[in-house]
Parts: sequence; structure tokens; C-alpha cells
Amino acid sequence: MLDKVIKQKLVVIGNGMAGIRTVEALLERAPDLYDITVFGSEPYGNYNRILLSPVLAGEKTVDDIMLNTVDWYEDNNITLRKGETIAMIDRRTCEVVTEAGDRIPYDRLLIATGSNPIMLPLPGKDLPGVIGFRDIHDVDRMIKASTDYRNAVVIGGGLLGLEAANGLMKRGMNVTVVHLLDTLMERQLDPVAGGLLRKSLEERGMVFKMPAQTQAILGEDRVTGVRFGDGTELAADLVVMAVGIRPNFELARKAGLHCERGIVVSDTMQTYDGRIYAVGECVQHRRQTYGLVAPLFDQAKVCANHLAMKGFATYDGSVTSTKLKVTGIDLFSAGDFAPGPDKEEIVLQDANRGVYKRIILKDKKIVGAVLYGDTIDGPWYFQHLRDGTDVSHMRERLVFGAGNLGDGGVNGQSSVAAMSDETEICGCNGVCKGAIVKAISDKKLFTLDDVRAHTKASSSCGSCTGLVEQVLAFTLGGDYSAAPKVKPLCKCTDHSHDDVRRVIVEQQLKSIPAVMRFMEWKTLNGCHSCRPALNYYLLATWPGEYRDDQQSRFINERVHANIQKDGTYSVVPRMWGGVTTPGELRAIADVAEKFNIPTVKVTGGQRIDLLGVKKEDLPAVWADLNDAGMVSGHAYAKGLRTVKTCVGSEWCRFGTQDSTGLGIKLEKFMWGSWTPAKVKLAVSGCPRNCAEATCKDVGVVCVDSGFEIHFAGAAGLHIKGTEFLTKVETEDEALEVIVALTQLYREEGWYLERMYKWCDRVSLEQIRKRVVDDLKNRKALFERFAYSQQFSQSDPWADRASRGVDRNEFAPLAELELA
Amino acid sequence: MTQWIEIGALDEIPRLGSRVVRTPGGNIAVFRTESDEVFALDDRCPHKGGPLSQGIVHNKRVTCPLHNFVIELASGHAVAPDEGCTHTYPAKVENGTVWLALRQAAAVS
Repeated sequence: MLDKVIKQKLVVIGNGMAGIRTVEALLERAPDLYDITVFGSEPYGNYNRILLSPVLAGEKTVDDIMLNTVDWYEDNNITLRKGETIAMIDRRTCEVVTEAGDRIPYDRLLIATGSNPIMLPLPGKDLPGVIGFRDIHDVDRMIKASTDYRNAVVIGGGLLGLEAANGLMKRGMNVTVVHLLDTLMERQLDPVAGGLLRKSLEERGMVFKMPAQTQAILGEDRVTGVRFGDGTELAADLVVMAVGIRPNFELARKAGLHCERGIVVSDTMQTYDGRIYAVGECVQHRRQTYGLVAPLFDQAKVCANHLAMKGFATYDGSVTSTKLKVTGIDLFSAGDFAPGPDKEEIVLQDANRGVYKRIILKDKKIVGAVLYGDTIDGPWYFQHLRDGTDVSHMRERLVFGAGNLGDGGVNGQSSVAAMSDETEICGCNGVCKGAIVKAISDKKLFTLDDVRAHTKASSSCGSCTGLVEQVLAFTLGGDYSAAPKVKPLCKCTDHSHDDVRRVIVEQQLKSIPAVMRFMEWKTLNGCHSCRPALNYYLLATWPGEYRDDQQSRFINERVHANIQKDGTYSVVPRMWGGVTTPGELRAIADVAEKFNIPTVKVTGGQRIDLLGVKKEDLPAVWADLNDAGMVSGHAYAKGLRTVKTCVGSEWCRFGTQDSTGLGIKLEKFMWGSWTPAKVKLAVSGCPRNCAEATCKDVGVVCVDSGFEIHFAGAAGLHIKGTEFLTKVETEDEALEVIVALTQLYREEGWYLERMYKWCDRVSLEQIRKRVVDDLKNRKALFERFAYSQQFSQSDPWADRASRGVDRNEFAPLAELELA
Repeated sequence: MTQWIEIGALDEIPRLGSRVVRTPGGNIAVFRTESDEVFALDDRCPHKGGPLSQGIVHNKRVTCPLHNFVIELASGHAVAPDEGCTHTYPAKVENGTVWLALRQAAAVS
């Protein structure tokens, strides 16, 4: 075909993680757009540079850290020219020129030249035995030196220097670390944590000389020692300079591209020449340069989007976290932890346990965290930091971490490092720690999504997500690619739930194809994740106008029953407030016998569940239940499920209000409404709380003087007591507040985000302001809910049992018999 | 020998949806894509036997309603990294009628 013949040419300079990650992402998005040529001066495929430290320390081999072998380039029709260095970019003719003088034309050029170690301009810096720490070649030289020589000096007490020192020490050398300042890793650590780190490294035999300035490297044919500013000298057979890295942008600068501390790029990763892109450590974006892997992956994604001509993604910079890859030392730092007048600190220090935690807050949000000795909660703090969560409601327990907030994971166990390989991490799919670690190592996985796809861990209920992220961090040495700050709705798009909801309103988008077209969906019809989400968003945004798309509903909501493991369904009729009658019970019994329904079970929400109904029997079962006055209980819906009640003042000697009556009123008003995730209510008639209202999405606890309204509870994956919202005096007010609250959740919640997660995200205060304090807004919310109810309160069972809706759904297309 | 059997009108299968054809050997799910292509597969997910006909159809794939295995309609293969395969049957549309090829089936009731 003609368009295949004239493919555009993409040339990539740099065969490292940033460049290749971009190419991978590009192939995912537009596999046939470019002829791709990659130049790399190192004689290898693409390897994981972060893991050079474990290679030096002898914990991993070079093969372990290879990400893309030569076969991968071949399989993807990429020309890899390894061992070849580009000498010049000729922007006038759009060609790159190799050192050997070959000229290769490009339509688009990607510069990913990374960085170089900074070599201090000291006398003697060019002596044999003085090296940087940057690539496999450096590691080889260090390993060789460790067998031939005894004394090593590492200049630089930062992350890289300490990892180099640790590796050399593990290889049997005497190592002295020379650092200019009096705090180790001063960019990541405060003095206390720096001190703890120094102490434990000294216990392992590392020697420190700090603060100290190196003045000269001594020796004639080979390095023999180092002289310091104070005149003292130290013998050395190997000097590793690890004072930092410098973006490698010489090539770009010579080509006349604008460079400052790196190649200056825009939010779309373009240089000042629109044909030329740059990613990774060689770039400067919004005055920042980055030397960690997570930001570089973010950049790669944005750049790939643009190269694929799906130009909507932008890179807004990254917040980074670091973890020292020295086995046995737990250290985590993220964000900004310099003291300041507008910042507050929460510090926990336990010298005997060797634990130090410092959380820095600003405007009720986490802006920085330094953890030493106990870094289990690092990813959790980091998540809140990036999400900008308001943490005021958990402030007093914050420093103790996620485990203390009922968010810890399986069986309260939260320390992944301490787990054996046989420990089950994902209870839904039976995945053990060992299996996850093996998949991460064998299949070179980097992200949570990768692990989900390959192991199924955390892919069902998601309650072990934190643990899986920890396993990732632990296996990869910390610098794994954390889930992006703004999560895309699903893999079919880069837009977040919030973006999609906003654009639906702004652009008046009224169908799923319209949303997908306008927001440039990457797939033809989306997938099982985004279609139900879009269907809900459109339904909630345009009540009465949007036509519900049955094919975008999960089967349970399409057939108004719950699918079971054998393909049969369960049927739960509504029992308002959990109250039933002899007539209803008789009808249920009759239906169960008539249709040979194998199991009849009482549910936790005070309903009766008929299990094992064949799909084709559903309309007839419903017809019989309808005849007895019963309607769908919506036990299958992301919508209002049940309102559980106690008997209240009607019967109970302790009852203060008619809790049963209020429950029924709530249920009659709210049934049929669709919500982002299921909503369960309860009303208790007194503080003894027999209806267990304080672990529901919304719970009312009646008291003598009125009604306490609680919300955002959970008693499933997570156990979480409700938050107190407000207290009102009358039933009508209670109804109004609860309906307004539900409507706000309908308008703002992300699909499948339970009410307690939504509350965590937008904060209790914000919700209270709009639902309780602002009376006008409360009324408006209430009205919008009431308006939308007129379109949703039609019993879906009756529609199908007697009005012929979706008749095709329940009958086979044909029946074939054998000849 | 392949024997083509008429199983119904294309209109009776929803776009991005599926209907079931009952056979003595078990159900066959017949899918219709957005562009009116049809595919026929055993109505059993290779993972845990879930009824694929009840899944959400997207492009030329279906997601099993039980555990979200994604199956390629054309080949019956699970989308990597998942593994497994469901048996497929030849199916075609002619003048708005759907035809299915089964080796032994004969009568339509």
C-alpha cells in the first residue's frame, strides 16, 4: 500500500530508558507511523540504569537488568545502531551525522542523550583509576578494581555515591566516602535522618570524611591517593566521582537548540525546533531537570502521544520520591522538606528502633516526607502528596501510617519486606508475594498495571493495591514508576474521570461515541471499564435526555439480576426498609417452588435472595413477583441498594424515632437512582444502633432531639466508621440533607468510587459546606435529584416482564438439534 | 463438510452485543460488532467457564462477565498476558441473515 511506502522517519539518539520507553509507548499508540532508527553509543540493548547499584553490589547480574534485548528491536522493525555515536545534528537538511560520517535523514528526531557524571576539575582527575558511576562500563571497571585493589574513595555522599560505596564495600574494598557537607544525601534528607543513615553505614564498615573538600587526586601512572583542603591525605587505588550528574546536551547545543541547564522543552516535550523532541535526563522542563525514572516515564508517555499525532497530552512536571538502594537500609524521601514559616511538621523519633519519620504539611496537605527505618508507608504518603489530599481529618494518626487508618491491607499485615514468599498478597486471586516478585523480575515489570496484567494481583477488589505497590517498590529498589498522579479513566484514554465529566458538561456531549470522538479515545469502542463509566456520566449529567446504552452496561445492570459463577442469576425483590408481609413471603415461596430455585437466602441488607435462576426464567419470575406487588430490589445496581432499619419507636422500648418509617420514606424517594458505585443506607432508632448505620454509605442515628446524619462508612474491603455530617430536627430535613448529599456524590464521584473514597478525595469539610451550610445549594441539589428521579423510577422488572422491553435479551436466537 | 445453517436476522442481535444459539453440545454465542461483522464462539470463557455472551463487546473483543478475561472474537484467544482459547465457528451475514457453520447440526427448530 502506498501509505506504507512513505512512512515518516523517526531517529532516536540515545538507547536508554527514556528514549526506548518513548518508542514503546509510540508503538502502542501508532505502530505503523514511523520507520524508527535508534542510535546508542553503548554496545548493549536497553538496560535498567537504576539497577546498576545492585549489579555493583553483586545482587543482580547485567542480564537481570536488560529491558530490551536485540530481538525486541528486530521484532518491532526498529533499526538499532548500537555502538555508534552521533557527532552532529544538521537541522537545515534534517539529518543526523554519525562519527563515521554517515548521514541519516529524519522527519522527527528524538534526543534522549541522558546525562553524564560530573567529573570535578581536580588535578589528577584523568589518572587511571578515577571513574564516574554511570554505565555498565563503569560498573565493570569498579568490579575489576575491587579484585585487584584494596582502598577506594568515593567522592560524593549523595544517593549515587552511597550506592557505589556500598557496592564496593560488598566487593571487599575499604571504602571512604568524602562529602562536602555535614549531612549525607542533603537533597533528600534532613540532618536527623542523615545522621541515622551515617550511623548505620558506619556500623557496616563504611568510613566517612565530612565535611571535607577534595583538593587533588594524587598519583603518577595510576591514582595513589587523595588530598583534602585541610592538607590531609588518604591512600586510594580507586576514586569514584559521584558528585552528581549533568544533563548531556552538547549535541543539541551545537545544533543551535536552546539549552540552559538542559535542553529546554515545552509541555509537549518539544524543543525550540518543532521537529525535534527531547525526553529524560537531558531535558529541562519548567526550570526543572530530573534524574529519576518516574518523571522520565511520564515524559515518555506525553512525547509518544505527540509523536503519534494524538496531541492532547501535556507534561506538567513530576513530584519525585527516592529510596536508597542499599539492602537492609530503609530510607524514603519525597517532596519538599526544607523548613519554612508556613509549614508544619509531624515528627516521630524512636532511637531504639532506629525509626524516624517526618511529615511536612502545608495548607492541610502533605508536601514532603522523610522516612528512615520504617518506610512501609512511603508510597502511601507519596500518593497523598501527589493527590494533594486534605489530611486534616487524619492528622493525629497520620504519622503512624496507612495501617493505622484501617487501610493497611490483608489481615492487617502491611510490611511487605518481612513477608515470606508464600504470603498471600492478593486474596481474591490467590497470588503470593513470591509470584509477584518473580513476575516483576522475569518479565521486567515496572508499573502496577503491568503486575495486574501478568499476575492478576490487585486486579479484582483492589484492596491489596498498596501491598502490590510495595512489592514493586521493594523489588525494583524503590524507584519504580508509581501510578501517575492523575489517573486516566482507563487504558483507552489519557483523560481522568474529572476531565471526562467536565468536558461532557462543557461541550454538551450526549452520547458515548460523541465523548469518544471529542476526547480522542484511543480504541474503537472503548472497553469494559470506560463504557459503563461513560454511560453513567452521561445518564447522571443529562437525565431524561440521554438514552441509556444497554450494551455499555455490565450484565447485572442489563438484565437486572446478579450473574453467578455458573451463569445463572440471583433475584432480590425490594422490601422497603426491610419490612415484608405474609403475602409477599408466600409469593416468594411460590416462585421459588414453581421455578425450582435451588437457594433462598437472607441477605445482610434485610432482603431475601433467590439464587440459581435461569436467565430465560427471569421475566416469568419477575412477573409473579410483580403480581404480588414487589419490584426490583436493585441488588445488582451501582445505585441505591437497600435501606436497613431497626424497628424504632414503633415497637422498641428504647426507640426514640420511627426509624422504620424514615427508612421506608428514604427508600421510596431514592429507589431507582443510579450512582457512581453502590449506595447502602441504614436508619437506627437510637444510639444502640441496631441497624449498624455507622458503617454505611449514609446512616441515620435517631436521638431524642432529632436525627444524626452520618456518611462515608464502609464495612467491606475496608472497615471504616462513618463521618458525622450534621444533626437535624425533622424527618423532612433529614431526607433533604441525605438526598442532597447523594446528588452531590452523583455529580462528582468517579465511576466505581464508593462514597467514602469520594469523601476522602474531596474532603468532609467541602462536602459539609455544600450540603449542610449552603442551604440554597442544598435545595438545588435536592431539586436536581428529584428531577432525575422522574425518569428512573420505572420498575425495570415490570418493564421486562409485561411491557416487552429487551425481549431478545432473554431468549436464544435459535435452537439447533442434532441430525 | 461445512454446513451453513441460517440462525436468524442480523437485526435480532444488538450492535456491540450477542445472542445465544442453543445446541446439544452447549450454547454458542453469536456476536455482532459495531460494523455488523458477526462472530460465533463457544459460550464458555477458557478461564472459569463464564458465559461470554453476557459480556461487554468492544471492537472485536468481548470481556467475560465473571473475571474480565478479554477474548478475541476472531480467534477465540485470550488477550495477552492471559492465556487460553475458546472454540470458534465460521459465521457470516448475507442479506441481513446470519449463518453459522456447524459440522453435525442439521435441523433448526
